[in-house]
Amino acid sequence: MGKTIAEKIFSLASGKDVKAGDFVLAKIDKAMVHDITAPLAIKALERITGERKVKYPERVIMAFDHQVPADSIKAAETHKMLRLFAKENGILNYDVREGIAHQIMVEKGHALPNQLIVGADSHTCMYGALSCFSTGIGSTDMGFVFATGKLWFKVPETIYFEVNGKLEKYVCGKDIILKLIGMVGADGANYKACVYGGDTIRKIGMSDRFTMCNMAIEMGGKAGIVEFDSITEKYLKEIGIKEIKEEILKTDEDAKFEKVELDVSGMEPQVAKPHRVDNVCGVSEVEGTKVDQVFIGSCTNGRYEDLKVAAEILRGEEVAKNVRLIVIPASRSIYKKALKDGIIDIFVEAGALVEFPCCGPCMGGSFGLIASGEVSVSTSNRNFVGRQGSPEGKIYLVSPATAAATAIYGEITDPRKV
Amino acid sequence: MKLKGRAWKFGDNISTDHITPGRYYHLRSNLPELAKHVMEDANPEFAKKVRAGDFIVAGNNFGCGSSREHAPIVIKLAGVSAVIAKSFARIFYRNAINVGLPVLIADTDKIDEGDILEVDLSSGIIRNLTKNLEIKAKPIPDVMIKILEAGGLVEYVKEHSDVLV
Repeated sequence: MGKTIAEKIFSLASGKDVKAGDFVLAKIDKAMVHDITAPLAIKALERITGERKVKYPERVIMAFDHQVPADSIKAAETHKMLRLFAKENGILNYDVREGIAHQIMVEKGHALPNQLIVGADSHTCMYGALSCFSTGIGSTDMGFVFATGKLWFKVPETIYFEVNGKLEKYVCGKDIILKLIGMVGADGANYKACVYGGDTIRKIGMSDRFTMCNMAIEMGGKAGIVEFDSITEKYLKEIGIKEIKEEILKTDEDAKFEKVELDVSGMEPQVAKPHRVDNVCGVSEVEGTKVDQVFIGSCTNGRYEDLKVAAEILRGEEVAKNVRLIVIPASRSIYKKALKDGIIDIFVEAGALVEFPCCGPCMGGSFGLIASGEVSVSTSNRNFVGRQGSPEGKIYLVSPATAAATAIYGEITDPRKV
Repeated sequence: MKLKGRAWKFGDNISTDHITPGRYYHLRSNLPELAKHVMEDANPEFAKKVRAGDFIVAGNNFGCGSSREHAPIVIKLAGVSAVIAKSFARIFYRNAINVGLPVLIADTDKIDEGDILEVDLSSGIIRNLTKNLEIKAKPIPDVMIKILEAGGLVEYVKEHSDVLV
């Protein structure tokens, strides 16, 4: 019987012919840590080996994105400690300069097809849009990776999401993934690799694919994957990856997987209502809901294409009087491109607060928080109680287009009507 | 390993944000302090009233969300002896075993808040002493029992240093 892409990547990484359900000790190609989870990983490394020495420092990438620039003396002390650790070990540290760690991983060429990647953050599953297997792990597991360059895994089963049909204007990858999460539920893909395919997926760009892989974790997925095609190839060329010498792994036709189908023809923009990501409806059901804050950004939807569509809707408009619009590009290179193309100008003219690349309000512990009774409309990935500040606040998750339209009217708005 | 304590009942989809809310991130280098807010957004009374040995009993998908290991650590620090749920989110389950917090998968419908439970980790038998009935949990794989008995992955690896080669 044939193999899934996940089974093939784990076979490559473990040097054994493995299938779903097998336990493997696999070689880790890249490991990502950020300012929230790295300190515990370092403690685990020290406890395992008795020292702070990483075995394969060239495979580790560090970036600060959750509390930047340092929002407290404690955060500053953490950053200081991490800088020293990176320097002592010769680890590539992007510090506070380049933006959200996940975006750095996919735009600086750290995530490549066929690789097995781990990150001490649950949204690490995003890089699979580049045809690799990347998954989020805890800090003790990361300490083990620091110490050995390897990690234990159970090879996951696969759910194949076949998405067909033509998307309407202002309906995008975020709407597709919200719809799928609503269909299978918050644990519908628990422990499994989520592979997205079908005509629609073959047509959407890398930005939408990253969004969809990023949110695989919101249905419990171990990884999100879009298999390699001409769009992946073009993207890799654009970020400076000249050629990939190895044969690129793909799912065999006779591989074993569960299949979920979706036809997106005529689908309206989707919204995840408070307080669960799988509490999904069409925008028409919640249109008119008054909002206090709109956030456009995060590893899920802070890319150039996201900002571009939001700017297209906000051009010449003004943010509603009682609404705060926060816009945060996911990385410095996105920020630069958006500046150059006049996109940032449109946001500033409209009355948005444009912040430096970082996680922003998404992590709910730094800035841009909401008060009790307030409603946030957000392009990020989680709407759990307290996720963006007060536990008495409410969060609706939407696409960048829906967020922009909502900012103009101060109530949840269908972007197709603007 | 036998454990005994009271049950604290929770519903489905208890996330890492319920367990360790983001607004307390600044406490993350002070875990005992962070533990004072454990489960705050699911039950504000829990952290004040939980006693050493108590159990967290929940529905499906316990621990969904972030990979933050602070979540199982503060549950353990609060004195909780095990989490029993119908199912767990993948990263939380793995992190819990790694930090030495026992996690059991079982049908929790017949456990109510305040019930006294006695749990045998190796056999997976949960005795509800209040209701006088027995629930069988899915057995924990041997290797995980060994990790739990060692006190977590770090201690386990120290005892099996050959994996470091």
